[in-house]
Amino acid sequence: MALVLTEEQSMLRDSARGLISDKAPVSHLRHLRDSKDPTGFSKELWQSFAEMGFAGLLVPEEFGGSGLGFMEAGVLMEEIGRTLMPSPFLATSVVAASALNRGGNAAQKSEYLPKLASGSLLATLAIDEGAKHRPLQTSLQAVRAGNGFKLSGAKALVVDGHVADLFIVAARTSGSAGEREGLTLFLANPKAKGVSVERTIMVDAHNAARIELANVEVTADSVLGEVDQGAALLDGVLDIGRGAVAAEMVGLSDEVFGRTVEYLKNRKQFGKLIGEFQALQHRAAELYVDIEITRAATMKALQALDTDVAKAASAVAVAKARAGTTATRAVQEGVQMHGGMGMTDQFDIGFFMKRARVCEELFGDANYHTQQLALARGY
Amino acid sequence: MTDSQTSDSETADLETFRVETRAWLEANCPPEMRKPATSDADVFWGGRNAKFSSEPQRIWFERMRDKGWTVPDWPKQYGGGGLSAAEHKVLRAEMAKMGARPPLSSFGIWMLGPALLKYGNDAQKKEHLPKIAAGLIRWCQGYSEPNAGSDLASLQTRAESDGDDFVITGSKIWTSYANYADWIFCLVRTDPVAKKHDGISFILFDMTSKGVSTKPILLISGYSPFCETFFDGVRVPKSHVVGTVNRGWDVAKYLLQHERAMISGMGERGVGRPLGQIAADSVGSDTLGRLDDAMLRGQIASFDVDEAALAACAERAVDLAKAGQAHPAFSSAMKYYGTELNKRRYEILMSAGGVDALEWESERSRQGARPRAWLRTKANSIEGGTSEVMLGIVAKRILDLPGA
Ligand SMILES: Cc1cc2nc3c(=O)[nH]c(=O)nc-3n(C[C@H](O)[C@H](O)[C@H](O)COP(=O)(O)OP(=O)(O)OC[C@H]3O[C@@H](n4cnc5c(N)ncnc54)[C@H](O)[C@@H]3O)c2cc1C
Repeated sequence: MALVLTEEQSMLRDSARGLISDKAPVSHLRHLRDSKDPTGFSKELWQSFAEMGFAGLLVPEEFGGSGLGFMEAGVLMEEIGRTLMPSPFLATSVVAASALNRGGNAAQKSEYLPKLASGSLLATLAIDEGAKHRPLQTSLQAVRAGNGFKLSGAKALVVDGHVADLFIVAARTSGSAGEREGLTLFLANPKAKGVSVERTIMVDAHNAARIELANVEVTADSVLGEVDQGAALLDGVLDIGRGAVAAEMVGLSDEVFGRTVEYLKNRKQFGKLIGEFQALQHRAAELYVDIEITRAATMKALQALDTDVAKAASAVAVAKARAGTTATRAVQEGVQMHGGMGMTDQFDIGFFMKRARVCEELFGDANYHTQQLALARGY
Repeated sequence: MTDSQTSDSETADLETFRVETRAWLEANCPPEMRKPATSDADVFWGGRNAKFSSEPQRIWFERMRDKGWTVPDWPKQYGGGGLSAAEHKVLRAEMAKMGARPPLSSFGIWMLGPALLKYGNDAQKKEHLPKIAAGLIRWCQGYSEPNAGSDLASLQTRAESDGDDFVITGSKIWTSYANYADWIFCLVRTDPVAKKHDGISFILFDMTSKGVSTKPILLISGYSPFCETFFDGVRVPKSHVVGTVNRGWDVAKYLLQHERAMISGMGERGVGRPLGQIAADSVGSDTLGRLDDAMLRGQIASFDVDEAALAACAERAVDLAKAGQAHPAFSSAMKYYGTELNKRRYEILMSAGGVDALEWESERSRQGARPRAWLRTKANSIEGGTSEVMLGIVAKRILDLPGA
């Protein structure tokens, strides 16, 4: 497979870009932030997403979705990254849809997937408990009770946690924090007794929540995949999320870079355009190279996910690690080269910096993934 | 859709090609040729005075030559393999997988050939391309002069018209392997009063012509891979000019794109043992099996990330070119990154090797192969245009920054 978009993928990109840049430029996020919008995204826009087949992009056609692949999901994420549009796409359409599609039994699939595809159900994955992404450190307990389980514990950085209709919770059915064995994924209803949800207002003004579960009862039917064997399923689903976030970071890096280059061509100091200064030219050129290399690594990862999720781990680690460092650099250079302007809230650049920071932590930062690659290579 | 049908049958054909290629390589590539060359003497450069360093080297070269695979993507009529870009990619991937060496290293292949294919006339193509493909003539590159390095277009070597000939006078510097080369492709000034870029011609001549002399220059690596080259009234027929007289800059630039693409490939040769394992040999591992030097391990791991990403980008560059979406200056971006990365690789290798990597002359160190190679890589970000110049090109041609 070539690492260039096919004609269909380019058309998908164009239609997504049209919709997103028209309906959700950065000012859209700014408005949601300033008005302290309780939902944190536009339901109307989400409905348009569903009508265009985006909400169910990864859902198989038999369940009412478009049955497309991760390359296509990446195309959308990149466009989302360009305007920082807040939307349930990542949590619901990419991560949760993949978890249900890969781990769900027939009943779970036919109950949830059509609703995800139609945009009527929002879902999210709840994994991390500490400050850093460490999926194996899960200690939220699932204790057998009668036919089902009782869940107790807490999760942080649950994307869209306060608006989700369905949680996919990583819990420990045996073993202890740090171990691979003994993890199980559960479907849980946010409205169930014992669940408390605190919306966390994050630096990037995107939706996230802390959730707490106190003896929350779930039936045996709510196990996703196999009891105690959730790690493999979780790995695959997380890799999909990582590939998608890498694509979002490519989009935001490219956008912030494009804006910076424009600025270099227009801003005058010392009687010259600042873009004439070689010190800035070379930094801009280096950043361009960085972004192009990261874009290729990300496409490679998405392609690997499409062909074989299980074997994609290294390609995903490379992409997420690269995307983290590149996006960090892109937003930092963006602010720096805009001078004082870049530090103002009135100007959009800061929004990119904040979102890049969140994307970096989401599903593992550059250090985490670099470490994963070293382990995979046996040193 | 018809579109995807064609690509389906293309994919099937490519798969067949892959299977056949793998089988052929397995059957024909001698085991000795499936590891990287350890020194320059181990590399086959061809030419009138060429010698094979070993029997397997000869066998491998001849088999590949007979298949046209010294230059797999050149047309068959010029001794090439006539492969499509996609097939060429498959061949390279299969060779990389088994660690097969290139059978022939040659400036003719990397630089002159592509320029002749685009700008040469029929007679020039017929004369020179098959000899390059068959490794019969070894070429060198006469571009740089003492006062024209990064600012290449300010070159001063003169070519004066005299009947059907040009008479060439001047000197070149940093001419790699000029003392071993049979022919030179050379930039000369044919119009001294025209604007800098408008009076240059691209010309070919035999290094045994009267008036050509070379003097090797010793490098920090202890080797003398290149020379000062002097031209004292060298007579060259005008028919040896490639392209139009005074329009040689176009040819020169086109050739440089190929040179840069070739040099950038250094950064993504993920063949051989992973750095982390090489380092473990000398540094040792802790009880968890991790490299017993956390900082070094971190450096290697982030190097691995960047190397894998660069490999993806190199692959994408080929795909973009195939799809007609490549930016002509993209080779400068790749050249910059690939060479900086290769320098990093060798810094890590030196630091991983510790004291052992410092040995300069001994059997055990293969005559200091590692430190010499390390020193050699410092030239990667200079030769073929410096990193600063590459970034300048990206700033100007791709980003379109003012006054760049
Ligand atoms: C190993 C090796 C092999 C070579 N082989 C050949 C060969 O076969 N044939 C051949 O013709 N040449 C060859 N060269 C020459 C090579 O192309 C030149 O060395 C190179 O172009 C740089 O020119 P220079 O050495 O004159 O450095 P200079 O141009 O003097 O540069 C000195 C420094 O100034 C910087 N600089 C110059 N201009 C700018 C600018 N505009 N902006 C920012 N910084 C700038 C450079 O980046 C560099 O850091 C070879 C060089 C090496 C090291």
